[in-house]
Amino acid sequence: MLEVRNVSAGYGSFRALFDVSLEVRAGEAVGVIGPNGAGKTTLLRVISKIIAPTSGSVVMEGQDLSRVPAHRVVEMGIAHVPEHRRLFPRLTVEENLRMGAFHPEARRRHAERLDFVYELFPRMKERRLQMAGTMSGGEQQMCAIGRGLMSGPKLLLLDEPSAGLAPVIVQQVFSLVRRIRAEGYTVLIVEQNIQQVLQVVDRAYLLEVGTIKQSGPSAELLASPEIRRAYLGL
Amino acid sequence: MNTRILGGIGIAALAVVPLLGLGNYHLHILITVLIWGFVYTSWSIMGRFGMVSLGHGAFLGVGAYVATMLWNTMGLSPWVGIPVAMLVSMAMALLVGYPCFRFRIVGHYFALVTLALGEVVRLTIVGLRDQTGGSLGMTVTGVPEGTSLLALQFGDRSTFFYVALLVWLGGLVIWRLVDRSMLRYALEASSEDEDAAASVGVNVTRAKLMILMISAAMTTLGGALYAQYQMYINPETVSGIAISLQIVFAVIAGGLFTQLGPTVGAVFTLLLAETLRVTFGHDIHGLDGTIYGLLLVLFIIYMPKGITGSIMAGLTRRRRPTPAAAPAE
Repeated sequence: MLEVRNVSAGYGSFRALFDVSLEVRAGEAVGVIGPNGAGKTTLLRVISKIIAPTSGSVVMEGQDLSRVPAHRVVEMGIAHVPEHRRLFPRLTVEENLRMGAFHPEARRRHAERLDFVYELFPRMKERRLQMAGTMSGGEQQMCAIGRGLMSGPKLLLLDEPSAGLAPVIVQQVFSLVRRIRAEGYTVLIVEQNIQQVLQVVDRAYLLEVGTIKQSGPSAELLASPEIRRAYLGL
Repeated sequence: MNTRILGGIGIAALAVVPLLGLGNYHLHILITVLIWGFVYTSWSIMGRFGMVSLGHGAFLGVGAYVATMLWNTMGLSPWVGIPVAMLVSMAMALLVGYPCFRFRIVGHYFALVTLALGEVVRLTIVGLRDQTGGSLGMTVTGVPEGTSLLALQFGDRSTFFYVALLVWLGGLVIWRLVDRSMLRYALEASSEDEDAAASVGVNVTRAKLMILMISAAMTTLGGALYAQYQMYINPETVSGIAISLQIVFAVIAGGLFTQLGPTVGAVFTLLLAETLRVTFGHDIHGLDGTIYGLLLVLFIIYMPKGITGSIMAGLTRRRRPTPAAAPAE
């Protein structure tokens, strides 16, 4: 479904990604794991065209995204749930969700999508008229994921959904991710919380200082001695 | 529903005002409030989304001068001249807005660009002395009979009152239409986080250009209407920095986020200016500017939602005595 081919990218003269390639097949949940500053967020930003790669390409369902502007990426079926949620804090929960179905195609099916999201997150329905910025971190994360789902995406990009949340909430967020998978969404998830994420995804890539160091099925990575030593403290 | 009935009563009340036999002075004040209320509404349509323009005098100037010059030199009716002026303004907005929005010139930097735009237009008017009369200003050539629909000139103030009333109402309607459109959501999202807005599918550049062009076109109409009413225009009174800043002040004072806020701002600033003029005359030069500046600071600190915003917040508080007690179902 999604192919990232030899992508390099950076900010100004700083390079964050070096020749990164990865693939996500339809129906899969794939993780990109690695420490702070490894370039995980940059990778997602390249995929959703918020920044342009210096070389390499991103291909979604056979179509090269290099000439697609950021606001058209959603129409291609990619929904990006950005790091730190990036809700519109002064809009209500429902308005935030509505924004997720902004493009005309999604707007037509807006009511139906909204029901789906409310069914998935009953909490959001209770809070629908509350300003998004006034909710707790976990609720905001739900709202951000809900906003992503509103466009009816084929591929959901999740950037550090556990960041800044209490351990109990982190558990909830990951079980949500599991449910979303069960609904048939293809998910690419970027996480520092390696132990948790490897229990949700099928495969993962280990990204370190901008290059892919290791990849494979989750079980294999969980068993890998380097990962156990460096990241799991075992 | 309730507000609709109230609105209807309000409009009906306004419509009979000229029949009350008010003197010319009071009618003049009302017309001025309507014209500026419309201009301020035009500004706030864009300003409420964090796009603060300090140069809307540019569009006022284009409206006043283009329409008047076409009429004075070529005898072209304002009915044609005003649309032409609006097109000129929209082209100008596009020319300045596109690079700004494309390269994310926002906040203070956008305000500075617009400030420069206002000055460019003012200096252009001054510089084209032979065509515009320069700093001395320009008189709209009057029709001999005093009143002509074709020339948009009305010897009788009450007729002009109705023209201004219609235009002002049109401004409120556009405000409401924008308020209920997806464009509003797009712009609110963009004003909070451009990246996030783009990644949910908002074409940020286009949304901002659209609102800038709507605002510019409306302001241009306001400028032309002002010229038709005053029959005399001057670069300082339509495009000066003082005018551009007064627009911002009035809207902040009246209320940036409510439909009637800008109009209340117009009433407030006009009453203030008239009181100062009547009390002090022209003895103390620059007094009104000083007081405006002082009040602006006070408003921003103590009443950031403006007069209307504060009144509405007060009303909701009274209706719901304990806001904290609202349970989450």
